[in-house]
Amino acid sequence: MRGIQRLFHNHQSNPRDMDQPLRIVIAKPGLDGHDRGAKVVARALRDAGHEVIYTGLRRTPEQIIETVRDEDAVLLGLSSLSGAHGHLFPRICETLREHNMGDVIVFGGGIIPEDDWPPLFEAGVRALFGPGTTSEEMVEFIATAVKRDDAGVGHGAGWHWNPSA
Amino acid sequence: MDAAKAGDRRALARLLSAIENGELHIQEPQRNDSDWKILALTGPPGVGKSCLLDRLLHEWVDHGLRIAVLAVDPSSPRSGGALLGDRVRMQVVDDVERKDSVYVRSVATRKTSGSVPLVVREMAFCLLDVGWDKVVIETVGAGQSEVRCAAVADRIVLVEGPARGDGVQAEKAGLLELADAVIVNKSDLDGAQRHADELRESLHLGHEEAPEVHLVSALHGTGIADVASTLLSVEQSTRAGRARWRERLLSHHERQLLQHIKFELLLSKIEEGLMSFDEAYAELRNGNE
Repeated sequence: MRGIQRLFHNHQSNPRDMDQPLRIVIAKPGLDGHDRGAKVVARALRDAGHEVIYTGLRRTPEQIIETVRDEDAVLLGLSSLSGAHGHLFPRICETLREHNMGDVIVFGGGIIPEDDWPPLFEAGVRALFGPGTTSEEMVEFIATAVKRDDAGVGHGAGWHWNPSA
Repeated sequence: MDAAKAGDRRALARLLSAIENGELHIQEPQRNDSDWKILALTGPPGVGKSCLLDRLLHEWVDHGLRIAVLAVDPSSPRSGGALLGDRVRMQVVDDVERKDSVYVRSVATRKTSGSVPLVVREMAFCLLDVGWDKVVIETVGAGQSEVRCAAVADRIVLVEGPARGDGVQAEKAGLLELADAVIVNKSDLDGAQRHADELRESLHLGHEEAPEVHLVSALHGTGIADVASTLLSVEQSTRAGRARWRERLLSHHERQLLQHIKFELLLSKIEEGLMSFDEAYAELRNGNE
């Protein structure tokens, strides 16, 4: 018992430990073999001080959710360049809610036409990043999202990232 | 804890995070058998540890075991972040027949790398406590904290590959003396047999009992079934035991120092030239007031 208390004390007194790294899963759902973008994002988030778990190519929604669950990830980033985002992203959001994982924050990126954005936000995706997005913007989104209490996918449609606002 | 024991994987993942963040402590569970519970699979980068482990997990799960994996990877010393990719190679987690018997968790060494081995140790205890049969710690055998993560385990298996230089290179890494068994992977490649021979020779130069050297190909599955069953009953070599206790004692000492309230303050004093190492160390050894 004393051990526990001392650790807590130390935790409080050392400001470096206050900002624990966030655990983020970067996933490639569906039949899409292009992961350069996902790897660049993974690297950028690592350089921002986060712990990034990359799933590898061609994962099913179930496999992705199992990874998020087992790794205790706070955020899930989905990358799609195949055009299947309209089906896969909402399906993943729905499966997260079904598995009682509504607190996970979902964001996406890749080649996603702006016309397709509203239904994805509706499904609970909190941000979409296209080509040309800076890593700073993504890092800022993450910092903002984790501070909000309505960013989890369980809150359904609602707040989403809007860089111009 | 109860939810995790009942098989709720999310609850288990949360427990492990709490341990990782230093918010929770787990005591060493009571044991009444001599079988190993925690195994470390270690070795240089690129020798095929993850791929080999994937094969072994398939075999062990088919033996009826439920196994948890802690895959330890280094954090970037500059940003503190980490890229954890060992999961990519674990096909067993996608295997519908076997995935319920396997749990894979990636662990980053984080900035305070000195306390990682003890964190990994407690995470392993936690996994055993909630009902997993065995825990495998997978770690790159380069760098002090990674070697010490391996020293947490009951048994250590060193994985080597061909084109790794001669046996002396393995000796230099300091891992050979910790190993209870050695596996040379990539037996399909040129030089694997020779490397295995060199390792055997190098191991037999000492006066102590030498660990067995196995030759396998994780890619093709050659020799895997044999090694999988041999490893389940591998004995702890006395010579490795001593070296392991040494590493454990050192990591315990290191954590005590790192946890000292004045650690950062004393570090700044040394940096500014206001204090010598001896003076700072003397103060650290006085313990927390």
